[in-house]
Amino acid sequence: MKIHEYQGKQILKKFGVSVPRGIHCTSVDDAVKAAETLGGSVWVVKAQIHAGGRGKGGGVKVAKSLEQVREYANQILGMQLITHQTGPEGQKVRNLLVEEGADIKHEYYCAALTDRATQSVAMMASSEGGMDIEEVAHKTPEKIIKVFINPLVGMTDEQARTLADGIGVPDASKAQAMDTFKKLYACYMETDASLAEINPLILEGNGNIKALDAKFNFDSNSLFRQPEIVAMRDLDEEDPDELEASHFDLTYISLDGNIGCLVNGAGLAMATMDTIKLFGAEPANFLDVGGGATTEKVTEAFKIMLKNPKVKGILVNIFGGIMRCDTIADGVVAAAKETHLSVPLVVRMKGTNEQIGKQILKDSGLPIISADSMAEAATKIVAAVK
Amino acid sequence: MSIFINKDTRIITQGITGKTGQFHTEKCIEYANGKNCFVAGVNPKKAGESIFGVPIFGSVKEAAQQTGATVSVIYVPPPGAAAAIWEAVEADLDFVICITEGVPVRDMLILRNKMKEKEAKGGKKTLLLGPNCPGLITPDEVKIGIMPGHIHMKGRIGVVSRSGTLTYEAVGQLTELGLGQSSAVGIGGDPINGLKHIDVMQAFNDDPDTDAVIMIGEIGGPDEAEAAVWCKANMKKPIVGFIAGVTAPAGKRMGHAGALISGGADTANAKLAIMEECGFTVTRDPSEMGKLLKALL
Repeated sequence: MKIHEYQGKQILKKFGVSVPRGIHCTSVDDAVKAAETLGGSVWVVKAQIHAGGRGKGGGVKVAKSLEQVREYANQILGMQLITHQTGPEGQKVRNLLVEEGADIKHEYYCAALTDRATQSVAMMASSEGGMDIEEVAHKTPEKIIKVFINPLVGMTDEQARTLADGIGVPDASKAQAMDTFKKLYACYMETDASLAEINPLILEGNGNIKALDAKFNFDSNSLFRQPEIVAMRDLDEEDPDELEASHFDLTYISLDGNIGCLVNGAGLAMATMDTIKLFGAEPANFLDVGGGATTEKVTEAFKIMLKNPKVKGILVNIFGGIMRCDTIADGVVAAAKETHLSVPLVVRMKGTNEQIGKQILKDSGLPIISADSMAEAATKIVAAVK
Repeated sequence: MSIFINKDTRIITQGITGKTGQFHTEKCIEYANGKNCFVAGVNPKKAGESIFGVPIFGSVKEAAQQTGATVSVIYVPPPGAAAAIWEAVEADLDFVICITEGVPVRDMLILRNKMKEKEAKGGKKTLLLGPNCPGLITPDEVKIGIMPGHIHMKGRIGVVSRSGTLTYEAVGQLTELGLGQSSAVGIGGDPINGLKHIDVMQAFNDDPDTDAVIMIGEIGGPDEAEAAVWCKANMKKPIVGFIAGVTAPAGKRMGHAGALISGGADTANAKLAIMEECGFTVTRDPSEMGKLLKALL
């Protein structure tokens, strides 16, 4: 689960990390009022969407007067902000953060994430803040300093110092930088985050270390014990179809192709998408119906897939284990009837009660194309949509 | 022979009285020698009772002492799953299989480090499979987990995968071609887990009754690449490799918590390339896994 920058900064502040003073707003008038409340002569008007690259897309502006705050808030609020993470259609801006300006002397980078290989928490820092960290990792990997933290021990002073020294924090600010790293780690662990990133972490003219941005992802397995984090969820930022699917316990992700696919199991679902591509078409979605598919679930899955106007055909691939093929066949027939299915449908079933399932499809009177292997299924659906 | 488990394995089921635990325990007992293998259940509130003729104990330690069981399988719901694994580790079991899906990653991080610390201090090493995995099976002997027993056939091919249904797909193809399996192991789709591809490949390499292996992976994480490099230097048996997720977009969690592309090295194409370099027979067509393996024998 993702949250907005202004929410991330609230969390950082709670854990003692220094952040600029700022106010979350949802209207232009509120943005101007926020700037008045904050005082000073420079403000930053920042679009709040769940995607990075906002600055380059025109979603972050520095205002030097209240008139400019109004102008920029007016421009940004309601715009379709396009960044490298939003896709070509962009994301509508519904929230703003108005912040006091900062006196930036240097921009650093720091982040915490779970490292699979060492089964520890990796804390990374770089002297090259404010830019795309993947580019830094690619071009100048030596400029990224990493330490691995054993969660039974926590972050040691030595590790915090390694990071601060490694990115060249001046002596006068070193203690605060080390403290910031430790607090970021504590915050990462306590909130069940899967990523906590500050880019940039700045050194101000007065030597203060401050988080100028905040990006968090949270482990969805842990949300049951993080009610404060769940309360920050912004459903407007999520794909409405993916959200609807989740209400039926379906995992759905929309993609760019024209063949919808419905599969049981995440690995098999990806393999089915890959097979569609291998045989000359592109998948329109990832859809895992999970282990306990019912007729209702299969029908909902069909409805969600068919909402996508690009879908020109559907491939159902089921390996019946605990879930029986006849149950799925009943669901497919009911779904095809209820949705008045008008695109070609190929069904491939294997495993438990395979023959009964195939018979149900045959007896339905519907033009369902049957296949034995994944390759045959993909070949048939690709041919049917051409 | 087989890897990790056989007909003489004695097993404790943690979470045996829950809905999922009951459902799968019954199927495991019905399969092959299951009736003799599943000897104990654990539920502190129901100690002294029994279910499907399996006695229930108050703790893993007590169950192990009373029955001599050395393996446990866990169906405990996510909030208590890591604690259940730790209970089995503290009872010095040989092998723990955690089926539970949705275990908090932080719990697994802390648990795995506690397990390593115990070993480092000279404590007994317990192997962990999972969490979020289908379990493992040695056909015609014993099945521990949620896979459909009937698609398997006894034989000499090993299968290892991060995905449940994709494992069944590979097993189904082998069985159709008349190629039985020595063991089939699902290591699960979570980012922080126990046994990895490399550990299972080592076990298949050491097993005199495994002739060849199908290794299936997916996007996300370094495990398949690590296993491939190890195999290049050590594996004496032919391997067919497949990686799911060539079409998966970066940065999206594809169902499994661990199936997320986060850099350049953990894409399906990158993994397929390193597996090929390391001598695997790789395919991009999952329908071909069985046929390709047959051709290697």
